Amino acid sequence: MPTLTIDGVAYPAEPQKNLLQVSLSHGLDLPYFCWHPALGSVGACRQCAVRQYRDENDSRGQIVMACMVPATPGTRIAIEDEEARLFRKSVIEWLMTNHPHDCPVCDEGGECHLQDMTVMTGHCTRRHRFPKRTFTNQYLGPFINHEMNRCIQCYRCVRFYRDYAGGRDLDAFASRNHVYFGRSEDGALENEFSGNLIEVCPTGVFTDRTLKNHYTRKWDLQSAPSICPHCSLGCNTLVGARYGGVRRVLNRYHHHINGYFLCDRGRFAYEFANLPIRLRHPVLPRPAAAKDGAGRPPTAAEAIAAIRTRLRRSRGLIGIGSPRASLESNYALRRLVGPDRYFSGLPQGESRLIAVALDILRDSPARSPSLREIAEADAVLVLGEDLTQTAPRMALAVRQSILQAPAARVAALNFPGWMAHAFQNAVQDDRGPLFIASVDATRLDDAATAVLHAPPADLARFGFAVAHAIDPEAPPVPDLDPETADLANRAAEALLAADRPLVLSGTSLHHEALLGAAANCGWALCRRGRPAGLGLVVPEANTFGAGLLGGRPLREAYELVESHQADTAVILENDLYRRSHGTDVDRFFDRLETTIVLDAVQTATTARADILLPAAPASESQGTFISQEGRAQRFFPVLPPTDPVAESWRWLGHLHPDEARALRSQEAMLIAIAAEFPFLAGAREAAPSATFRLNGAAVPRSSRRFSGRTAIHAHLSVHEPKPPEDSEAPLTFSMEGTTTAPPAALVTHYWAPGWNSVQALNKFQDEVGGPNRGGDPGIRLIEPRNVPRAYHNAIPPAFNSREGLCTLVPLHHSFGSEELSRLAPAIAKRTPPAAFSLSPADARERGLGEGDTLSIRIYGRPVRLPVRIHPQLPRGCVGFPAGWPDLAGIHLPTEGHFE
Amino acid sequence: MLSPAEQAALDAELPHYPARRALCIEALKIVQHHRGWISDEALRDVALALGMTPHEVDSVATFYNLLYRRPVGRHVLHLCDSVSCWVMGCDGICDHFRNRLGISFGETTPDGRFTLLPIPCLGDCDHAPSLMAGNRIHGNLTPEKLDRLLDELD
Amino acid sequence: MARPLTEHIRHDRTPLDLPAYERTGGYQALRKALAEHAPADVTEIVKSSRLQGRGGAGFFTGMKWSFVPMGPDAPRPKYFICNADEMEPGTFKDRYLMEGNPHQLLEGMILGAYAIEAETGYLFLRAEYHRCAEILAQALADARRAGYLGINILGSGFDHDIHLHTSAGRYICGEETALLNALEGRRAIPRAKPPFPPVVGLFGKPTIVNNVETLCNIPHIIRNGADWFRSLAPGEEAGTKLYGASGRVNLPGLWELPLGTPLREIIEGHAGGMQKGHRFRGVIPGGASTDFLVEEHLELPLDFKSVAQAGSRLGTGTMIVLDDRTCPVGMVLNLERFFARESCGWCTPCRDGLPWVEKILQAIENGHGREDDLDLLRHHARMLGPGRTFCAFAPGAVEPLQSALKYFEDDFRRHLQGRGCPYRHSPAAATA
Ligand SMILES: Cc1cc2nc3c(=O)[nH]c(=O)nc-3n(C[C@H](O)[C@H](O)[C@H](O)COP(=O)(O)O)c2cc1C
Ligand code: SF4
Ligand code: FES
Repeated sequence: MPTLTIDGVAYPAEPQKNLLQVSLSHGLDLPYFCWHPALGSVGACRQCAVRQYRDENDSRGQIVMACMVPATPGTRIAIEDEEARLFRKSVIEWLMTNHPHDCPVCDEGGECHLQDMTVMTGHCTRRHRFPKRTFTNQYLGPFINHEMNRCIQCYRCVRFYRDYAGGRDLDAFASRNHVYFGRSEDGALENEFSGNLIEVCPTGVFTDRTLKNHYTRKWDLQSAPSICPHCSLGCNTLVGARYGGVRRVLNRYHHHINGYFLCDRGRFAYEFANLPIRLRHPVLPRPAAAKDGAGRPPTAAEAIAAIRTRLRRSRGLIGIGSPRASLESNYALRRLVGPDRYFSGLPQGESRLIAVALDILRDSPARSPSLREIAEADAVLVLGEDLTQTAPRMALAVRQSILQAPAARVAALNFPGWMAHAFQNAVQDDRGPLFIASVDATRLDDAATAVLHAPPADLARFGFAVAHAIDPEAPPVPDLDPETADLANRAAEALLAADRPLVLSGTSLHHEALLGAAANCGWALCRRGRPAGLGLVVPEANTFGAGLLGGRPLREAYELVESHQADTAVILENDLYRRSHGTDVDRFFDRLETTIVLDAVQTATTARADILLPAAPASESQGTFISQEGRAQRFFPVLPPTDPVAESWRWLGHLHPDEARALRSQEAMLIAIAAEFPFLAGAREAAPSATFRLNGAAVPRSSRRFSGRTAIHAHLSVHEPKPPEDSEAPLTFSMEGTTTAPPAALVTHYWAPGWNSVQALNKFQDEVGGPNRGGDPGIRLIEPRNVPRAYHNAIPPAFNSREGLCTLVPLHHSFGSEELSRLAPAIAKRTPPAAFSLSPADARERGLGEGDTLSIRIYGRPVRLPVRIHPQLPRGCVGFPAGWPDLAGIHLPTEGHFE
Repeated sequence: MLSPAEQAALDAELPHYPARRALCIEALKIVQHHRGWISDEALRDVALALGMTPHEVDSVATFYNLLYRRPVGRHVLHLCDSVSCWVMGCDGICDHFRNRLGISFGETTPDGRFTLLPIPCLGDCDHAPSLMAGNRIHGNLTPEKLDRLLDELD
Repeated sequence: MARPLTEHIRHDRTPLDLPAYERTGGYQALRKALAEHAPADVTEIVKSSRLQGRGGAGFFTGMKWSFVPMGPDAPRPKYFICNADEMEPGTFKDRYLMEGNPHQLLEGMILGAYAIEAETGYLFLRAEYHRCAEILAQALADARRAGYLGINILGSGFDHDIHLHTSAGRYICGEETALLNALEGRRAIPRAKPPFPPVVGLFGKPTIVNNVETLCNIPHIIRNGADWFRSLAPGEEAGTKLYGASGRVNLPGLWELPLGTPLREIIEGHAGGMQKGHRFRGVIPGGASTDFLVEEHLELPLDFKSVAQAGSRLGTGTMIVLDDRTCPVGMVLNLERFFARESCGWCTPCRDGLPWVEKILQAIENGHGREDDLDLLRHHARMLGPGRTFCAFAPGAVEPLQSALKYFEDDFRRHLQGRGCPYRHSPAAATA
């Protein structure tokens, strides 16, 4: 085995990596700043200096930056060299000449990479006796706080924001020791991934503004592994909480999904769980409540008793599930009401879309890709989905994919890809193929080889044409205009020429033909022998989980009630006013005898409940989501739900009339699910079970350095209360942390001796930047299968705009379209006001300008909104903001009448 | 928007570079030539013309010594303060500026006539001390010579 | 004594126009090369001439050219760039060459471009050289009109054009990779090497960057041959060099002399010796970023190797003389202030170390120095050395510092003991 030598010890040589990465991977401590496993090396900070010797006979050697030198066989370096050490210490000393000495009151303190590296290098005496330079800070919007004096000019922020995430409103300004990182002028950072600056910046320049609003020392945060509930991708998060409230969300590294980065929706949406609109107590109908007198809210037991009584009297019970509730909760509901009376909680159209999507993926020769595989694809076709808005982290992955083909092209130049700037210089503007077909302009268009902006039907036709161009056996598209046909040929050619071609689509336009077209493309590529990926974005965190349990469409529930076959409904974490037209929902509720609603927050639906049960949001729950990739993943509560708040599945278990058949633990739910749905059996393995023990104990949620202890309740009593129990999770509400790293699914903190910042993650990976030690969490339930699939052939006719009519298309927004995140105050500040988006042609024809009011009749009801002109929107299509309450419940696709 | 003259100057440079973005410095110089300095508006105009964002343009603009992001006087006088000129007494010239015009490096006379800026070596070391006024370099400076020069500039 | 580069430059520095240049044999080398030599042969000739870059580092020009991928499969386009950024304090040689004989440079550039089969050339000129810009623009237009530039140059099938790019002012632009970024319209931050510009250069393509003076040698080498060129210098190194002197000498100026001319001959001969009332104390031989040489070095032949052996660098060959009435600490302060100000801000030691050095020197100069300041300065001189910073800027910046601490330690001590500068801010006083 070819080796290299570090401080006299032989290690395997790895020419594809640099010496810093290799040193860290072997557990050696070598300080660094500018290097980042996902961003590569640029050699700016000079912190990772080591001495390198030419060969065994070279005793002088020279100082080099470990991050800039490949770990080729025969390399000999010394980390513990006196001169190198002195230099590393000097680097910190230089950085400290201007850095504030305010660690004790700095909000990064205790989780600061700069602090760690300062200790690591041993710099402690200040020799610089001159004034420090100071900067003015900027307002950067509701997510990020800016404190420029702390900057150590490592350039990571701009390298992430610009080079990695494609942001164009954060940059480096000025020069010498006045380099400034920020915007040209104050204003909210526009990029949807700005929150990663918090973790990317090794010190406290960019900090979490939402955390600042309710600051807590980071080592005093309870923390638990969770799954982001705000889209279908299943990014792994670490949720931090204190004093009964969630305080922040951090990225939890998942090699195959989110890697090092989250989107801003996922990071800043948590605040909804702290709002006054949270449901904290059951609500019972007047007579029952009155019994208690005194205005005391009913207890859980009273609520359960009341419901049981109602259920006994009921002349027909139905259950309405939810794609945002966990697999367990949906199953518990289904079990309570029986499969025939279990409804998916989705309108017909959407139910069908999900079923089609699942059908496509479950028996597909094309692989449902992880985000990592998306980032590694070398030709991508996006069909109909505005990824930045509907599955933001996926857009970030797609943005990386366009560098794959250029990387192959510069491979001959013989420098490793982690030489980030060399790579950029070599690649310049060369980008790999990315074809985006969407209704309106998307935030990924700047990265695209070519874009097509067209009405949904024409997008589907384009997709079918691509498939046909890939494989002539796939159905051809009649009457395709030559321009689209040409683009389809180009896309097909690029996909066919690729080593890892990928097709992405989704349900956000509510257009079934798009799914068929995407499937055809993926399958056609497979038939031509290409290892294609086929990924479908769905709306919510557990859309696939709920979808896999079956469940009848919502309309049938309404009919059942209408026809008096049901008088009692249990509604699980679902605001029906977002699903169906308001008058339909009103009518449904009007006809119901008893409406029982479980939810975490007040919604239009909870307002209609007779009985309301406070459900725990994901941050206070244990459960399983199945992501759009088809991966089952477990989330754990960071806070014990304060009684009587409980996970919905727990409530539902208690409601079961038959004690014997009732399931009372999550584990029991998963076993039952596995028995009934063998396909979902893997969900049980998504994380270690409650019996898991680390050094004989469950994994503590507290950090190793937890200092709160007696202080927390000191205003009440100096006696430490007993910590809450948690029998469901392999985690515990401890008052102490651990030094041992648990399996990745149970990681609560990134910490290692000497590593207090998130960079401690290094110590949790087998090889820095690689998979989590012991494997990455979650179980993929969907794998490609080489089964013969017939091509979809429902090719829609070309779009035809008709006088006075428009096709309403949902335009999604990362900040606003998702139900729960839009409640979070920081997200709300980034949510644009509701508007109708018009093509310039349509606006001109109606004499409308930006901001004018437009009235469109939808299902006979006029909706009035201000106009926004979208230059790229096709004529005849009017965009409306998906998920805004003003326009909730529109069944799509639909037409509107201009008034 | 760039003025027609600015646009024309930019268009003339365009064919010489394979990428539009490469003209950033060129465009900033053109705009400065016409407007005296680079205001936020100028920044936006350049950004628009090159398909960049104002942030990106500003990042470049703030890097270079001779791109002015603040208003300057009618005449920008760049006094060399590098080593040869220092040895030959540029400090004295600097003093003379302060005495005669009341300005030091980085300052503009209240009447907006002169801005004094330091500049690295002008390549006129054999005639040190030296300064650049507009497009011209004036060497072997003495206080008297400087007086004459200032009188000539309106 | 042969002065191929400067013999035709007029006293009043009015530029040689195209006909005048042609009368001196101008563009004969280009005609010859296009007619008789394959591109690789040109590189070969330059290689065997042993021409070393005159931009400061002294790298062998022919060798550099030979790193460019050649042949039909080579990446395209390729670029040939002339580095006319000349911002090294104390340096004024390239300006002289460009103002006096612009076509000589252009011919050198075209020959270089031919050697590496580059289709596009850029002349990267520092912003302040307005007169050069006018002269070069005229020369370019004339050369184009005469068919020395453009499509199918002199019927050879070789296409090449040169664009004049004027900078926006920044010393680091002279560093060849920072220059590439500047040409791409970016912040002029140096690039990591490897990959080197001959492989991955401007716009990602193979690129050669050469100094003005280097390129002015090329036509003469092609015309007169490598042997001739080598014979111009007495020692191992080849050709002539433009030497310059500024400071308190009687005849500050610039002279083309055989590479390896002794220091004394320049200072006492060509520069006319020290001004009355001033004694020679030392010299930084090749621009601001070179170590001081002192009296003991007066016999030193100024070639790359000898100067390096004496602990300094030939650099640009344009020296700044330190006299006995000028404060060495003040001079180093002036230099370090320049470097601190011109640091690009990319790497830590340079960005934060140099301002610290500047502040210490200022404190010493102002009488606020402390005993351990000298150790701190030495520490910086050592820590900012080659290989530790991102580019050669900071190592250059500390060269005068480290040598001043060696040769003029007494002066530093006198500042510390006397609580300030014993020279009473000499330069201004001396002028009066
Ligand atoms: C900080 C710095 C500034 C430089 N400035 C110049 C310069 O102004 N002109 C120049 O020709 N070379 C300069 N150089 C050297 C160039 O990087 C490069 O070596 C040179 O242009 C190559 O040309 P040559 O081989 O013909 O000397 C500088 C180097 C450094 C590190
Ligand atoms: S702001 Fe943070 S990430 Fe950016 S350069 Fe400064 S220290 Fe580095
Ligand atoms: S981490 Fe190696 S130079 Fe910054």
